Amino acid sequence: MIEASYNFAYLDEQTKRMIRRAILKAIAIPGYQVPFASREMPMPYGWGTGGVQVTASILGPDDTLKVIDQGSDDTTNAISIRKFFAKTAGVATTTSTPAASVIQTRHRIPETTLHEGQVLVYQVPIPEPLRFLEPRETETRRMHALAEYGLMHVKLYEDIAKFGHIATSYAYPVKVAGRYVMDPSPTPKFDNPKMNDCAALQLFGAGREKRIYAIPPYTQVVSLDFEDHPFTRYRQNAPCALCGAEDSYLDEIVTDDRGGRMFVCSDTDYCEGRRAQGHTGTESAPMEAADA
Amino acid sequence: MLDRVSVSHDDKVAATDQPLLIADGLSKRYGRIDACRGVSFELYPGEVLAIVGESGSGKSTLLQMLSAQLAPSAGRVSYRMRDGVLRDLAALGEAERRLLLRTDWGFVHQDPAQGLRMAVSAGANVGERLMAIGWNHYGRIRDTASDWLQRVEIDTSRIDDAPRTYSGGMRQRLQIARNLVTGPRLVFMDEPTGGLDVSVQARLLDLVRSLVTELGLAAIVVTHDLAVARLLSHRILVMKSGRVIETGLTDQVLDDPREPYTQLLVSSILPA
Repeated sequence: MIEASYNFAYLDEQTKRMIRRAILKAIAIPGYQVPFASREMPMPYGWGTGGVQVTASILGPDDTLKVIDQGSDDTTNAISIRKFFAKTAGVATTTSTPAASVIQTRHRIPETTLHEGQVLVYQVPIPEPLRFLEPRETETRRMHALAEYGLMHVKLYEDIAKFGHIATSYAYPVKVAGRYVMDPSPTPKFDNPKMNDCAALQLFGAGREKRIYAIPPYTQVVSLDFEDHPFTRYRQNAPCALCGAEDSYLDEIVTDDRGGRMFVCSDTDYCEGRRAQGHTGTESAPMEAADA
Repeated sequence: MLDRVSVSHDDKVAATDQPLLIADGLSKRYGRIDACRGVSFELYPGEVLAIVGESGSGKSTLLQMLSAQLAPSAGRVSYRMRDGVLRDLAALGEAERRLLLRTDWGFVHQDPAQGLRMAVSAGANVGERLMAIGWNHYGRIRDTASDWLQRVEIDTSRIDDAPRTYSGGMRQRLQIARNLVTGPRLVFMDEPTGGLDVSVQARLLDLVRSLVTELGLAAIVVTHDLAVARLLSHRILVMKSGRVIETGLTDQVLDDPREPYTQLLVSSILPA
């Protein structure tokens, strides 16, 4: 049920048309940052104003929306955005990855493999991968235009020189379709391989920086590296304490003030799904007790 | 386009009888001011040319036009590419021009902060040009960088330090290493010894002179210091008010100046 005073999905139709044009251009040039006239949204910058505008522009009445924040469906940011669209667009919402048609995410890609027809919308704080190496925006645009990406390797070189390995663990630069170098938003580099040849459409919205970029389905996405220091995924060396998963990205949770900690799946939907199938970890309670 | 550039120098020897760079009637106007008027010369491979003159004589404007960083109001600059074809710099696309700047050319700034990335390590500063032309092997980049640090007499234990921790002389030597790592054929230097004390200047000049000879580099050195011109250059170009007023072999111009202004310039050196 849409509240009478809102246009569908909050934004006016002209704005949505403008953003859709930017999205189409972004899809046509994978990895290229398309400027767009980002609007003020009823939430502060840094809370996903870019992602929300992209979601608002692509959402239809039949869509099912899922929102995650660091993999979790039940943190403040995720719940607020989900409620926002339930109120302004009246769309169905879900926490199940396979059931969603649009997934807005802050810094994770769900563990469950995405399928065709789904759209993954990323909230992006800083879209420019070269920002901290070359502060001039005029210069970075020229570097993108001429595909001068030597500087990106300077960052990786510095990592190895300082730490002995590529220590960049999130916002790890990727090359999209063999052309543009792109910042995959601050997702952990564990998620980088999932971007490659992904069946779903991936859209990136940066509200404050006023940029939209995209990875069309089944596009090659390569993480940058050196021949003698290849890209590696990083994962805490433990199974999930609740569902025993060995393949998921883990959050570290401090449990007391004496050094106690446990590792649990960052993707709550994936973890719940596994527990429903009967998988258990070292800390898991029986499902019946949890429901009660 | 971004192929690994050959670092061998054999190909240059063949074409020493043809000019590497030709300036033809270069002029630059800034509004009503003529910064540079009708400058023409030819530079041959392996030749070091000094451009001297007082502040405001148009030296730096000329250097910027020669290195394709500033478009001339009139005249043109042609450069012989590695394939032996003479090309007008104004007709090059931006991508080609930038590739030229970071492979076949070097530019040593007076202020090392302009030519270096002060916040990244010395090794990455030297390696940047290699990575820009497609080197993708950390070990090899690092070995080449450390080799070049040795050649410019920087202790290789400082390879992971940022140049902001370096002294002025070290920064300048690092800037030279960063420029020479891709084996350029032409290096532009804008007051390379400015702001360094005399003993450090002497060491730097000695280093530049031996590198230039060893690598067979052509260089265009802008300086107001006649001692630098005498030590480094084969030929000299004296500028005043945007014009070249005298040109010739360095020792000839400095020991037997013809123009009154050059005589004044030469006689204004304090006796050692």
